[in-house]
Amino acid sequence: MAGKDGQDPRIQKISSAIRVIPDFPKPGIMFQDITTLLLDTKAFRDTIDLFVERYKDKNISVVAGIEARGFIFGPPIALAIGAKFVPMRKPNKLPGEVISEEYSLEYGTDKMEMHVGAVEAGERALIIDDLIATGGTLCAAIRLLERVGVHVVECACVIELPELKGRDRLGDKPLFVLVDGA
Amino acid sequence: MFAAENGLKGDPRLQAISQAIRVVPHFPKPGIMFQDITTLLLDHKAFKDTVDIFVDRYRDMGISVVAGVEARGFMFGPSIALAIGAKFVPLRKPRKLPGEVISEAYVLEYGTDCLEMHVGAVQTGERALVIDDLVATGGTLSAAIRLLERVGAEVIECACVIGLPEVKGQCRLNGKPLYILVEPREIDNCC
Repeated sequence: MAGKDGQDPRIQKISSAIRVIPDFPKPGIMFQDITTLLLDTKAFRDTIDLFVERYKDKNISVVAGIEARGFIFGPPIALAIGAKFVPMRKPNKLPGEVISEEYSLEYGTDKMEMHVGAVEAGERALIIDDLIATGGTLCAAIRLLERVGVHVVECACVIELPELKGRDRLGDKPLFVLVDGA
Repeated sequence: MFAAENGLKGDPRLQAISQAIRVVPHFPKPGIMFQDITTLLLDHKAFKDTVDIFVDRYRDMGISVVAGVEARGFMFGPSIALAIGAKFVPLRKPRKLPGEVISEAYVLEYGTDCLEMHVGAVQTGERALVIDDLVATGGTLSAAIRLLERVGAEVIECACVIGLPEVKGQCRLNGKPLYILVEPREIDNCC
């Protein structure tokens, strides 16, 4: 597993704390398991610190985290930078009025939802998830926030799978990642 | 036990936390007054106070594991874990965790469900805290306690932001102490 160029010495430890599980959820997929990172208190702390250092002076008022692993990284970042946390959820989980955005899967489609009124037009947002693969989920999150007039400043993930070209799919939206799942 | 009866009586933070929780009637079905913590997460001060109250309580208890129940336990657990120097262990619905797991079934109103934890996440003798947003019947938390005890961890306490009337008056769940910040709110006109 490679770290990104240029790098902060904390990155190597974060990278090696991530466990790779072959053939999950199906044959041929090398699953990047962040649960082992969460067991390493220093590496987990460093992960959060790296994001907080990047975003704390960027006037971000919203951290949107994608269900479910985005819920693990998003709230600590939100709390540290003074932003609110907004969960972006699978259908029928959020109890109040929602807006929905459909997105493509390998086979079929899925939907992502956000509560109406959670964010306001003009707010500056960060979107967080554990990993970017094809970028489909992140694109849906960007569209949801932009539909209500929010400015998405950046998407942030712990891990990128570069061969799946998710970065390109995000178009003009910047992407910040800590490690490559190469 | 409720925080207000256990050292935090009159603490203004508890009032603000309670007010920040939205009640959504008839979700997921008629008759249920759903306690929605997403509005608490939008109130930075109230969310921070929620985490700080738990951190102040647990930081000197030698807790090495914070286990959070999917998915709303994930919103509170990691911040607490980071602040007290503990690891965070997600307890998940079936087939979400990619590695080898142990499973514990629990009873729902109709049927059963299952909670899973990664093998090797927790060691024998570790002191654990279980966290979720809300405790109703205690079925999920009981399954969480059993999972941790099966691998030889000691569950020190279960902590929830909200405790439903079913648990009022009970300070313990499966013999484990229960610590709750607020009671459920009724629907009111301002939300």
